[in-house]
Amino acid sequence: MSESDIVKDFLVESYENLDRLDRDLVGLEKNPQDKDALAGVFRTIHTIKGTCGFLGFNKLEKVAHVGENLLTLLRDGKLTLNPEITTALLGMVDAVRQVLKVIESTGNDGEADYPELRETLTRLQTSGPSATESSAVPRPQEAGAAAKPAASADDSPSMAAKAEETLANDKTKKDSGAGETAGKVGKPEETPAAPAIQESRSRDAAPETIRVGVNLLDKLMTLVGELVLARNQLLQFANSTENTGLQAVSQRMNLIATELQEEVMKTRMQPIGNIWGQFPRTVRDVALNCGKQVSIEMEGKETELDKTIIEAIKDPLAHLVRNSVDHGIELPEDRVKAGKNPTGRLILRAFHEGGQVNIEITDDGAGLKLERIRQKAVDRGVITAEQAARMTEREIFNLIFLPGFSTAQKVTNVSGRGVGMDVVKTNVEKIGGTVDVQSTAGRGTTVRVKIPLTLAIIPALVVTCGGDRYAIPQVSLLELVRLEADQTRTGIEMVHGVPVYRLRGRLLPLVYLRRELQLAGDDPQTQKAAAINIVVLQADGRQFGLVVDEINDTEEIVVKPLGKQLKGVNTFAGATIMGDGKVALILDALGLAQRANVISEVHDRSVTEKERPVEKAAGNRQTLLLFQPGEDGRMAIPLSLVARLEEFARNAVETTGHQQVVQYRGQIMPLIHLSDVVELPEGGKLQGSGKATKDPLSPLQVVVYAEQGRSVGLVVERILDIVEEDLVLERPAERAGILGSAVVQQRVTDLLDVQGVVRTANPGFFKETVAP
Amino acid sequence: MAQNEQLCTFFLDRHFFGVPVQQVQEVIRYQEMTRVPLVPQVVRGLINLRGQIVTAIDLRRRLGMPERPPDQLPMNVVVRTDDGALSLLVDEIGDVIEVEEKTFEQPPETLKGLARDVIRGVHKLPERLLLLLDTERVVNVAEPGPIAEDRKA
Repeated sequence: MSESDIVKDFLVESYENLDRLDRDLVGLEKNPQDKDALAGVFRTIHTIKGTCGFLGFNKLEKVAHVGENLLTLLRDGKLTLNPEITTALLGMVDAVRQVLKVIESTGNDGEADYPELRETLTRLQTSGPSATESSAVPRPQEAGAAAKPAASADDSPSMAAKAEETLANDKTKKDSGAGETAGKVGKPEETPAAPAIQESRSRDAAPETIRVGVNLLDKLMTLVGELVLARNQLLQFANSTENTGLQAVSQRMNLIATELQEEVMKTRMQPIGNIWGQFPRTVRDVALNCGKQVSIEMEGKETELDKTIIEAIKDPLAHLVRNSVDHGIELPEDRVKAGKNPTGRLILRAFHEGGQVNIEITDDGAGLKLERIRQKAVDRGVITAEQAARMTEREIFNLIFLPGFSTAQKVTNVSGRGVGMDVVKTNVEKIGGTVDVQSTAGRGTTVRVKIPLTLAIIPALVVTCGGDRYAIPQVSLLELVRLEADQTRTGIEMVHGVPVYRLRGRLLPLVYLRRELQLAGDDPQTQKAAAINIVVLQADGRQFGLVVDEINDTEEIVVKPLGKQLKGVNTFAGATIMGDGKVALILDALGLAQRANVISEVHDRSVTEKERPVEKAAGNRQTLLLFQPGEDGRMAIPLSLVARLEEFARNAVETTGHQQVVQYRGQIMPLIHLSDVVELPEGGKLQGSGKATKDPLSPLQVVVYAEQGRSVGLVVERILDIVEEDLVLERPAERAGILGSAVVQQRVTDLLDVQGVVRTANPGFFKETVAP
Repeated sequence: MAQNEQLCTFFLDRHFFGVPVQQVQEVIRYQEMTRVPLVPQVVRGLINLRGQIVTAIDLRRRLGMPERPPDQLPMNVVVRTDDGALSLLVDEIGDVIEVEEKTFEQPPETLKGLARDVIRGVHKLPERLLLLLDTERVVNVAEPGPIAEDRKA
């Protein structure tokens, strides 16, 4: 996101906030005791002030700051709202609005700095009943203001210069773009392009985007879902008639509906990187402000979140980042004293886990001061001394999320007013998430925000149990194991009455879904004759096997929340509507594991399990997928490169140009017949690619390889097994498509060079992924 | 309470019930439902109401009445609540009628059990009694625990 984009967003957002302020302040005047409304007003001003601080609009910040000081007194009950104060505050709102107008047209915050208004606001602070106490508050402020002119004098011109620079850059970009198009026509005309740019520049803050209510998007999504169902019915009907006209129309309708569905879904999903984009700047400015050195690292930028969630966590995350820099990370000299690198590290991580999105903000600063928090909580009467003594370390750390709680020794203009953390908590909880803080003295602090996947679109496995379908989010899914009837007798063993299965040499506890859900009917276990389907799930670091009646397919599902009557059951993460219009429940792996006591009973086991990957890595141990590429041969690829294994009916294969393709998850996926591209040791090709010679009814076995959202299908003859082996490549490759050979399960096996093969067979694959 | 109130009426095991018509979103025929394990039995399942997932509550079970004969399909009265739409399963749907405040009376003291909780009062109509349901209370289903256990036993 470029700087001008951030400014634009800031403007749009601030206008909205100001409108709300007008309403809230007037409402507050009628009912001055309304604490919630007051807190709301305070937060709004705080946000405006905070944001303009980072964008370098010092005059605007100053105006908002005096207003905020006044509001602090009101919030703490040291002053009561009277018409005079309200008028002054409304005056401030107007002033802020004027400055925003100036910013919008010129790019900097102009010359006016409203001395009378600030004077009035400052005077009002001291006119309250407890004048002595309140007069102490503005003092650091005045000191700050005195120190600031120097800084702002330095800052603002550079800021303005920068704004001009970006403006100029934009212009040249646009000009050259215009030149190009004009060039194509034949006449490179500069003159008409320039005024057009001027015009677009001078327009309002929201030229290319329209802010649309999320409710509207929700409604659109619902309607599209309905449209898709209606389309399915129409297609069925059309196919059963001879009417070609109707069939043509329904086909067309089919295409449009599919595309519409995709686009509408896209409107809701955004990578978290979108909101992280502004943090490097935030960090830089805050760090500069408090004389610190901080580097920022980001992991999992591409983690997609629902629009609603993105909007809701944007401000809390910004607060957390600012807090980490302002309070978490120490000054360079202190860091050196503590034996650390003078540059502090701030790490943002986002990932999916247990059907939730986790966002972690980690700093390697001084950590939270346990005793100070405890003391402060007792002083403020939040908890009694007795309670404080009983509380665990973690409980005490989490006290920082209470309203009005701030341990910062000095009130800076960044944070430390005790508003940030409680805003964070309120906003995260509003969307059903949780915030947790962990800290080690001297080592740093991690704030973990967990957000439910409600409303998100997720891939899920659909299974059947007791005649009903259930969806299992793919994130908690590890693999599927099917035991044929003759294997079940020996495959499932009992440990003191508890069923387990040996999965590659390790015991996997089995959970019978039918039993856990108290559904009628027999456990598959009791009917020994039938095959057993085991869905291997992971929850909270533990693996377990879920035994279901049938495994259907994977689908992209839209998670819908359950009504409050069903919220108490944590076995379900929500519900979704299936393709045929029926409702299916979404299973929550974590809840299920807790219900079946998988997690609590064997808690210590998870520790040993976590240690395992380390020793695995040391021995170059890899999980490999073994398959037979053609009539003969034995090859392997690391399972980590395999997105999925699929079967396609042979008549689903279509051809574009010379390329065989199939429709897969709304994309066109090219197919590569491995037998065509892999060289045999003798230099010849493998026999029998499975195209013509094979029985036309048997499905194609396809290993799906995916990179950056694009998939390619490798057609193999047969999938053999999945094994875990110490991989030692013995013969380096001399043949195309082979990395080398290794002994796997006492047999020589070629290791496929997946990327090489894909590149050879479909040169466009990697190129296209790079292009925007 | 308003002077005159319009009620959407329905029948449950020969009893005549009503809910304020403003709270009713729509009335639809029987819909196929997805059962929800591990929850109280009053929750009959989930229905797909034009892409919205709506919990269906069996009013007979909620009021502790005998089960509906298996061959009789219930109707859905979809009501709006603070928690979104919710479907009440009833036997048969009646007319929308207008009642006056003067016919209203508190439920008799002797009314006990599950019904006491959700019946707000009685309208004495000329030909029969109309029981007024409190929708907000109806949707407050007891904690899932004990009833689910019952079913297991």
